[in-house]
Amino acid sequence: MTRRHGRDVGSSADDAQDTGPERIYVLTGGRGGPHARTRLDLVTLVVAVGKPWQSSAVSAAIREHRRLFPEHLAIIRYCRRPLSVVEISAHLRLPFSATAVLIEDLLEAELVRTRAAVMPVVPDPELIEEVLRGLQRL
Amino acid sequence: MGFNGSESPGDLRTGVRTLEPTAAIALKIAVVGPLGVGKSTLVRSVSEISPLTTEETMSRQSVPIDALGPSSTKTHTTVAMDFGRITVSERIVLYLFGTPGQERFWFLWDGLVDGALGAVVIVDVRRLAESFDVLDRLERRGCAFIVAANGFPGSPIYRPEELREALDLPAAVPVVNFDARDRESSRSVLVSLAEYLLAAARRPGGVG
Repeated sequence: MTRRHGRDVGSSADDAQDTGPERIYVLTGGRGGPHARTRLDLVTLVVAVGKPWQSSAVSAAIREHRRLFPEHLAIIRYCRRPLSVVEISAHLRLPFSATAVLIEDLLEAELVRTRAAVMPVVPDPELIEEVLRGLQRL
Repeated sequence: MGFNGSESPGDLRTGVRTLEPTAAIALKIAVVGPLGVGKSTLVRSVSEISPLTTEETMSRQSVPIDALGPSSTKTHTTVAMDFGRITVSERIVLYLFGTPGQERFWFLWDGLVDGALGAVVIVDVRRLAESFDVLDRLERRGCAFIVAANGFPGSPIYRPEELREALDLPAAVPVVNFDARDRESSRSVLVSLAEYLLAAARRPGGVG
């Protein structure tokens, strides 16, 4: 593996230097996000379903659903283990809103699922105690 | 393409440090304050990953997003936000967002404060007045916060009571002095926030 490719995933996703409105428009088909359907939060955790990074699952998804961009495939690879929407956005160098649209495509195709990540309205003391203990251990 | 489902947290191929498979609950902490007060420094001091940046392209709220095509001549504003991450237990991960406090960025961090566990307001004792608006805004939104005065070389050190009075804060709101460059000091700020939140959560009526 060369250094140049060390961070690479969906090569054209990371090679794309253009982060302007045109790239975003193409990727999202002009769809605005987030919160359109799924109410994705900055820290909603996304994880791949099964092993969709294996080529057969992805090609099945491409057959059944809209065309998947390299960015979609990159998300799937990132999310072999859980990762937040905002981290995916940073790694793809795409705005949060555009990233949310791509994740919604993958949710629809059942290639990823999300884990509830939003703070309950009334904070749970046990949850905060766990946070406190964790911070004290750092 | 050789993906084999390797479980290494720092994936060599993607360069992405994913979370533990057991991670289930992600919580947000907003780190707010004026430009140059040490927000990104605090995040860098305590984060388990190299801090990342997310950007959002903003257009005026009065213009529907759908009306903007790729050839739109409308000017967009790009707002960047730094963030870091701390895994505090098998299931809980904290995300720390360093958020610009200026008024023109508030529309961005309103979405962040919404659902945040709490906030750390970093102040520079030499320019306290710059933090008044941020404090007002958090109070109005009912977001629990503590105030942390970042010690810059050569800046005076005030006792927390003096700072609390100068900032007109309720007695319950913790005020601490710290050094954003120091990991231990920055960690202790987060511990203070968590202790404050815990006390409030155990009290009927919550933060107040």
